[in-house]
Amino acid sequence: MIAAPRAGDRLVPAIWPLGVAFVAFVALWQAVVMVGDLPAFILPGPGVVASRFVRAWADGTMWPHFLTTLSEVVLGFVAGSTVGVVVGYGLARFGLLARLASPYLVAAQAVPILAIAPLLSLWFGTGLLAKVVVCGLIVFFPVAIATMVGIRGVDRGLLELARSLRATRRRVVIDIELPAALPVILGGLRVGITLSVVGAIVGEWAGPDKGLGVLINLARGSLFDTPLLFATLATIALLGIVAYGLVVLAERRLVGLR
Amino acid sequence: MTGSALIAAQDVGVAFGSTVALDGLTLEAAPGEIVSLIGPNGCGKSTFLRVAAGLLRPDRGRVTLAGAPVAAPDPRIGLVFQEPRLLPWRSVAENVAWPLELAGWDRARRSARSAELIELVGLTGSERLRPAQLSGGLRQRAALARTLALSPEVLLLDEPFSALDALTRERLNLELLALHARTPLTVVLVTHSIPEAILLSDRVIVLSPRPGRVVAEVRIDAPRPRSLEALDAAVVSPAAAAIRGHLETGEAAA
Repeated sequence: MIAAPRAGDRLVPAIWPLGVAFVAFVALWQAVVMVGDLPAFILPGPGVVASRFVRAWADGTMWPHFLTTLSEVVLGFVAGSTVGVVVGYGLARFGLLARLASPYLVAAQAVPILAIAPLLSLWFGTGLLAKVVVCGLIVFFPVAIATMVGIRGVDRGLLELARSLRATRRRVVIDIELPAALPVILGGLRVGITLSVVGAIVGEWAGPDKGLGVLINLARGSLFDTPLLFATLATIALLGIVAYGLVVLAERRLVGLR
Repeated sequence: MTGSALIAAQDVGVAFGSTVALDGLTLEAAPGEIVSLIGPNGCGKSTFLRVAAGLLRPDRGRVTLAGAPVAAPDPRIGLVFQEPRLLPWRSVAENVAWPLELAGWDRARRSARSAELIELVGLTGSERLRPAQLSGGLRQRAALARTLALSPEVLLLDEPFSALDALTRERLNLELLALHARTPLTVVLVTHSIPEAILLSDRVIVLSPRPGRVVAEVRIDAPRPRSLEALDAAVVSPAAAAIRGHLETGEAAA
């Protein structure tokens, strides 16, 4: 534990392989376009996509869609992971609840979110709420399961210690169970944040008028602007990477101290 | 039983399913006395400490503290576990202060008391370290300081030094004696070590293998304060021989 690498130690050597991999990816992409002699509406080259990406941001095409998707991702993640932690705790500590609820949770998870999204937009309208619910639902499961596993794994010795010191239930949760389960819960949050991005895009396909998912449909369907489609995909990917990075950063701050 | 006992067990019996761990254990400790329980593995020594700490309800008999039954954990009784059980995400000082936090002390009183305790157990300089950064001996000191935080009258020690190397163990034994000389604690110590029991105790209670019963009681008549040197062969050898003899009798009977 003492020798746990600090963030700085790990980031610096990680930078150059990342750069090499990125250059290789772009080169391969360009090679496929050139060798296959593909037209831009099938697969635009990286240069075309990059300039379309810059133009879409500069002329304001991207911003409203991006902000819409961002707020769905964040709100859905917060809502889904909050409920996930609470339910996961209940599953870990109340055996009857776990036995009664598990089949339904698994069944709900097995139904593709793509199939539920239109239904949710029927129930919650085409506004923000429906998409937050889609994100929340998709984030919920991994966080709930991670919390359940984390809480079940809490050292019984520490719980007995807490009992010998007459700690209240609330203090046991705050002082022992949550900190002890935190590394596992954060693992669930890592999965959850990327799924939240997927949830937002899927939710946007089910009808609304703004968001990066809508922009993809627009670019493909009515604008025939394939470079814009790829620029949007790049934006979504960047959003996912940054959001994931923030969770990892939070994890290092919270758990790196041990 | 005599009226002078601070903590007393009367006919305590505990069974886990069909396994009888303790079968009618009766013992007592007077204020300021150090009593050791010694016996083979599985004779219910740790089980008894859990009953005495109010963590486990016995199937029969009871433990009393100053005459009143112990039914739940009590701040007047402190338990040190075999493992340190420190919270890995808290510093030493925060671990030591945790019982005070649970008891609702404010920050200023907490930090004053925890500084006092850290000095008492010789952890000065390590306050800010995390448990993972400490040696086994220092961790067990921190655990002891945490148990002493709320000034218990009775200290229950469940083989607290058994995971330490022999030298560290000896040093902690001596420091426990020094601590006991300064503060009038009543100590019930569970141990596997005959030398440790003799060095620390006024009385050594020998238990039989499962189910645990009292086989014999050996009085250690060495004057206090004790040191390793002062415990001469005239006291140690006969006491050790007696304890060993009783341990063998207990096993033969079982």
